[in-house]
Amino acid sequence: MKLFPVDPLQEAAESMGALGDKGLSRRDFMKFCTGMAALLALPASFIPKIAEALGGKKPYLVWLEFQDCCGNTEALLRASKPTVGDIVLDILSVDYHETIMAPAGKQAEKSLMDVVNNQKGKYLVVVEGSIPMKDGGVYCCIGGRSAVDIAREVCGNALATIAVGTCAAYGGIPAALPNPTGAVSVKEAVPGATVINLPGCPVNAENITACIVHYLTFGSLPNTDKLGRPYFAYGKRIHDNCERRAHFDAGQFVRQWGDEGHRQGWCLYEMGCKGPETFKNCPTIKYNEGTSWPVQAGHGCIGCAEPNFWDTMTPFYRRLPKVPGVSIESTADKVGAGLAAATAAGLVIHGIGRAISPKKEE
Amino acid sequence: MNDTRLKTYAWEFPVRFTHWINFLCILTLSVTGFYIGSPFIHAYSSKQWIMGWMRLIHFIAAYTFMMSVIIRLYWSLAGNKYACISEWLPFTGEKTGRMIDDLKCYLLLSRKSCHVGHSALGGLTYLLLFIIFIFEIVSGFAMYSVNHSGAVWTLLGGWLTGIMLLPTIRLYHHILMYVILAFAMIHVYISWFSDSREKSGLMGSIFTGYKFIPEKDVK
Repeated sequence: MKLFPVDPLQEAAESMGALGDKGLSRRDFMKFCTGMAALLALPASFIPKIAEALGGKKPYLVWLEFQDCCGNTEALLRASKPTVGDIVLDILSVDYHETIMAPAGKQAEKSLMDVVNNQKGKYLVVVEGSIPMKDGGVYCCIGGRSAVDIAREVCGNALATIAVGTCAAYGGIPAALPNPTGAVSVKEAVPGATVINLPGCPVNAENITACIVHYLTFGSLPNTDKLGRPYFAYGKRIHDNCERRAHFDAGQFVRQWGDEGHRQGWCLYEMGCKGPETFKNCPTIKYNEGTSWPVQAGHGCIGCAEPNFWDTMTPFYRRLPKVPGVSIESTADKVGAGLAAATAAGLVIHGIGRAISPKKEE
Repeated sequence: MNDTRLKTYAWEFPVRFTHWINFLCILTLSVTGFYIGSPFIHAYSSKQWIMGWMRLIHFIAAYTFMMSVIIRLYWSLAGNKYACISEWLPFTGEKTGRMIDDLKCYLLLSRKSCHVGHSALGGLTYLLLFIIFIFEIVSGFAMYSVNHSGAVWTLLGGWLTGIMLLPTIRLYHHILMYVILAFAMIHVYISWFSDSREKSGLMGSIFTGYKFIPEKDVK
């Protein structure tokens, strides 16, 4: 008995269309469509729909970089499911990307404005990096215009904006205390825009692709949580999907870098792993073609996909954050032990005082 | 000194019951909570399930503690006048004066008169303590809610994650444990200290419910 009346893979292969001419093998295309369906938690019957959508019209896409380190671009350029050449340049019409585009100077800015003016409400924007608001936004200017000015025009007229990386999604490292440039996220800088947040440092290129594939297939962006993150990628906690979780429950912990537990691949909880407070699909998607991810490589999660991670997840190698208002090196346990000792000392002093104070009769 | 003492029923059964449930829960929650924060037992076999047990015991004790706090808060409305919530709010003129008397007594400057219920300063301490208890319960369920999705846990604490970030919640949940433990030490000491001065049977009263109060102080 056949599970599907029409073999979804066979049907999908027929939708491959012009992509075959670009040197993409049928097998790779099928692997990509199947992988995307799995990532989006869709049943196999959606594989042909994805394939059909990818063979169709190319949506316009512009990629803006503001206060960033280019790390998300790097992550995208190293993506091989699909490679940037195979899919992003073939499936999408990438009209503006500061790092990889051919034009420069006025020409480049013109191609951005052409998309904004000619495709109003129909193009996608990917934003990388936070947007400085302080002093009129002078701390990040491109072609003589401030980042906030560009973002308002480009994101405000777009169909949707995908904020990739923690800086674009939450302000990230530029917004860490004391936030000298008044850096904010895309959603804060352009409140009216439709923004989907893909935090992470860097973003997982598969998650960007999946968002775009979802849009191409269904004509809408994936469902998001209260922080604007798609559920398919950020709906589960790292700790709950972690490959080292069994060692956590057993009570087997790495206590020092390079100790026996570390060599055995035990849980990194005591080394300050922030998996218990971070939501992302790192344990399943991993990085660099599913090669590895921090915990697999023997380093705890630093919570890079969570808001204000630089301020709240530090110190990265300790379980608990610093105690506010107390000296920098104090841990909660030092403060607690101090509190307990002070109490005990107070009680002893009181007891002595009571013993030596003159007995007063009523 | 020839005073007549009256045997007075101060602490009703629900007050004593929740007191000892709270005691057991705080002890259990502190030990297991400290392990969860900083695992001090080393497991060397994957067949062990130490963190699993610690968390399970912590969660069961947490539910028990929450129920106990709820019963005690209910009894502060339904119980006798010594259990009443107004005992925790010593902000009216006469009671504010009594707080200063209590403080003088604790600083060994004077001797205070006996009370059937809480001392005024004690009442204020329990108000603060129960605020800390409620924060511990809410912050605990906030952390619990991150991998237990459902309206119940969102209501019990999940809403806090919208106001505070998880590492911050974890930090305060941890620090307040020490505050509660410091309270417990002071609580036992002051009870013993007051009992030795008042001779009111205070230490026994939390088991039996009865205090022995000089006739002149019962009014």
